[in-house]
Amino acid sequence: MSTANPVATDGAAAGDVREVIIVGSGPSGYTAAVYAARANLKPLLIAGSVTAGGELMNTTDVENFPGFPEGIMGPDLMANFEKQAARFGTEILFEDVTEVTLDGDIKTVTIGTGETFRARAIIISTGSAYRELGLPDEKRLSGRGVSWCATCDGFFFKGQDIAVVGGGDSALEEALFLTKFASSVTVVHRRDSLRASKIMQERALAHEKIRFAWDSEVAAIRGEDKVTGLVLRNTKDGSESELNVTGVFVAIGNDPRTDLVRGQLELTEEGTIAVLGRTSKTSLPGVFAAGDVIDPTYRQAITASGSGCVAAVDVEHYLADLGDSVSTAAEVPTPPAEAVSEHAAL
Amino acid sequence: MSSAKAVTDASFGTDVLTANKPVIVDFWAEWCGPCRMLSPILDDIAAQYSDKVDVVKVNVDENPAIAAQYGITSIPAVYVFQDGKVAATSIGAKPKQVLEQEFAAFLK
Repeated sequence: MSTANPVATDGAAAGDVREVIIVGSGPSGYTAAVYAARANLKPLLIAGSVTAGGELMNTTDVENFPGFPEGIMGPDLMANFEKQAARFGTEILFEDVTEVTLDGDIKTVTIGTGETFRARAIIISTGSAYRELGLPDEKRLSGRGVSWCATCDGFFFKGQDIAVVGGGDSALEEALFLTKFASSVTVVHRRDSLRASKIMQERALAHEKIRFAWDSEVAAIRGEDKVTGLVLRNTKDGSESELNVTGVFVAIGNDPRTDLVRGQLELTEEGTIAVLGRTSKTSLPGVFAAGDVIDPTYRQAITASGSGCVAAVDVEHYLADLGDSVSTAAEVPTPPAEAVSEHAAL
Repeated sequence: MSSAKAVTDASFGTDVLTANKPVIVDFWAEWCGPCRMLSPILDDIAAQYSDKVDVVKVNVDENPAIAAQYGITSIPAVYVFQDGKVAATSIGAKPKQVLEQEFAAFLK
């Protein structure tokens, strides 16, 4: 079915129960909002107060999002996403979700101010968080030379020798960006080859300011008040060496942000929210998930975006099925229990 | 943009170090995405706690001396100054409720 059939969208019968709440505002959350809004579901999107826009807010040029042949700046792309979602009537709230209650027919979402919202369906698109090295001095020296944001902090390392830890696209992107400021950038990588895309590898390998410490991991961060160097350990023979740097940018990947739903939704072995096949359906009826929080593999803006679309369509169908049940059950605002379990069995 | 007072290398002494109240200083720059997210939150705190603290901002691009003096290498960096000394620091853009907790001692 392709048309929306929302349950009780106006009048007192709807009470304060919305059709759908979307948690998160990266490419998946905003795409879900565009689709849900165009399906007349009047979505409420809770964007986060300081995390709004998601991971792309800390990037510069996005060259692989189709439709922008010359590339687009990450923050500009996310501003476009937001505008497009708002244009079709998405209500956007720049607050942080602190708690969700996902079982039952009505889902409850609590934000940092204590205010709560209710909806028949919810889309979890909370993305992922930067992975830390897990070293004892990492936290202490964070903001003192240890950084997770090259676009924010590169400026402070003009003419200095710095390191980037990681071997994926984001590590090389950071390394290339940091060459604008630093006199040298050493990429510290656990293996002897890079995971990053060929085009990023070629750019980094050819760059005169970029060096590589292959088969190396960070064993310790040196420094009292600020970073003065790294101890590198060779992953093949265990030998240790010193690298004199004043800054270290950590880009060793991300972990799905599942704190909100832990204990309520099934997770996979990789730590992502488990969904049914190619759908966005989680282990609870009426709860859908999209974007990096369900994706241990691809984790691109465009795959997150596609995943957000899937979630909105799944929600549309779920609510339409509820609507069918409600129309036979006269004024009962919540669906009969069997309609939900029947859907979950699909 | 923000309504917080812009403090410079030149005015830092008067506006921050010799202020009567605790001063929350937001070290920021135009090109820092998380700084833009944090700015309205600090405006909120400034308005709500105007009798307790002053909130000012230092553009690190235009005022490198102060940023260097306090060893800032990550922004947004929020420092609280009391009696001319650094009394608390918070690195990164954090929600209002989190900052209120971290800086509770100065907001009471």
